Amino acid sequence: MTEDIRTMTTEGRERGFYRSLVARRQLILGGLLAALLISLCVDLALGPARYSLGEVIEAVLAPGNVSDQVRVVVWEIRMPVALMALVVGASLSIAGAQMQTILSNPLASPFTLGISAGAGFGAALALAFGVALIPAAIDYVIPLNAFLMAMLTSFLIHALSMRRGVTIETIVLLGIAMVFIFNSLMALIQFFASQQAVAAVVFWTMGSLTKATWPKLWMSLAVLCVVVPLLARHGWALTAMRLGDAKAESLGVKPRGLRLEVLVLVSLLSAMAVAFVGTIGFIGLVGPHIARMLVGEDQRFFLPGSALCGALILSVGSVLSKIILPGTVIPIGIITSLVGIPFFLFLILSRRKASW
Amino acid sequence: MVTLELNEVGARYGRRQILTGITTPPLQGGQVVALLGPNAAGKSTLFRRILGLLKGSGDVRITGTSSSRPVAYMPQDTGVNAVLTVYESVLLARMQGRSLKVQQQDLEEVERALRELDIMALSERDISDLSGGQRQLVGAAQALVQAPDILLLDEPTSALDLHRQIDLLSILGRLARERRMLVIVAIHDIGHALRFTDQALVIANGGFVACGPTPLVVTSEMLRDVYQVIARVENCTQGQPQLIVEAAV
Repeated sequence: MTEDIRTMTTEGRERGFYRSLVARRQLILGGLLAALLISLCVDLALGPARYSLGEVIEAVLAPGNVSDQVRVVVWEIRMPVALMALVVGASLSIAGAQMQTILSNPLASPFTLGISAGAGFGAALALAFGVALIPAAIDYVIPLNAFLMAMLTSFLIHALSMRRGVTIETIVLLGIAMVFIFNSLMALIQFFASQQAVAAVVFWTMGSLTKATWPKLWMSLAVLCVVVPLLARHGWALTAMRLGDAKAESLGVKPRGLRLEVLVLVSLLSAMAVAFVGTIGFIGLVGPHIARMLVGEDQRFFLPGSALCGALILSVGSVLSKIILPGTVIPIGIITSLVGIPFFLFLILSRRKASW
Repeated sequence: MVTLELNEVGARYGRRQILTGITTPPLQGGQVVALLGPNAAGKSTLFRRILGLLKGSGDVRITGTSSSRPVAYMPQDTGVNAVLTVYESVLLARMQGRSLKVQQQDLEEVERALRELDIMALSERDISDLSGGQRQLVGAAQALVQAPDILLLDEPTSALDLHRQIDLLSILGRLARERRMLVIVAIHDIGHALRFTDQALVIANGGFVACGPTPLVVTSEMLRDVYQVIARVENCTQGQPQLIVEAAV
């Protein structure tokens, strides 16, 4: 009898621990979502035309009640940019999270695997020499080039990684090699291009949300909405991948197949994101690390956590890019790196335990 | 009751033949089988072959089970750095192939596995913080939580202290009997094999050596041929078989 009571008490305590762990994580996700909404409102309120926060919120909730000018500025100019920050931030962060998961490498991200560099090269071809890899409407030549080169880069990495004897460490090294190759090619383009074209290429590689429009936003959002459920479907298997291939295999996961499928999905996600806004290198690396510290690596929380962290970082970055130098929108890629990396270092160094 | 029978089982990695001609009589649930053999004998390969992770010649026949995944396998321990608690890591072993929604019964199974192995106290710890021995016990819990009919454990005691080794092997024996489960343990301690296992399967250089009741299989001749040691088995005053090693050959 005493034994029974002792066992039941212990059992209750463990169950209680797990339930509170889940509740805490749900609360953190809720908190991130709330912070994201606040950041979105502030982002919408900021711009060269000075409107009050109340006016902007009214324009969002009841566009009929505000003047045409306010409505057009909020809905046609600021809204696509502000929402693009969320979609691109979430896409890059999810892509980084899953690359880190399947490659068991804390440095894996669209940036370090060369996907962003590939996109940059594609864009530079169009900007410097007007080369269109596929004929398209003039507005879409640059993003299409960037997208195609980003996908080509990831398929090249996939193809090489399918060779016998290639380990996951090698895949990351292949990615780094890609970065160097594309950087060299970019230098070559800049050497031959006109001064004006060089400026355009440099600006593109800094990453900027100001290129966002509603159609571009819908396209990015559509890819995000298709990819996320496909990743979530593998939630338990992806979590198991973090225990190593041998353990995952023993639990019924097929690591090679899963790795390939997830690489294709996240390549699509990151290619789409960088194609429209240029190189934003830091989100895919840091978003997942912050999410991991906040909600752990159970994919049921890690996947939404990464998305929310990435979206929040880019949205806050967008706000900062407007207020640091009033009247000038600093390219977002510069902001995220300048603000995010010290924050990342602080997070790592202030934790007693290793975060990876 | 579940039965496992191996018939001329072989396995290869690429062109390299690792295992050939492993044959056993029908091994029935409710008992513990020791898988013995020196380093690189092919023990892990045999486990992977039984689990279906490797293809090869021969026939692995599992009967008497209605489960779609009757075999659970605990591979040799490797360090992990995932940000997961012990509780979560056992839960995710349970949830593979299931929906994202965790049911009450899943939590009960997790707690049962943790309780069986006496590691409830570790539940809240991060797996990256555990010692090698603690990781092995969590690994065993991850295999057990799948409610298998056949449980394959690859050197589950290699990092455990003596007390924990005896604990784990006793627990496995009890669980095998209670759940009518077939437990196969790759193990290097012949003394433990003699004391805690019912049958022994011996392999060396990827080939079959012997299979049968442990006391009949573990003989001075087998120890000399397979392990290159001069040794004998004697019963102590308590009647427990003891291995006495005299010298290496």
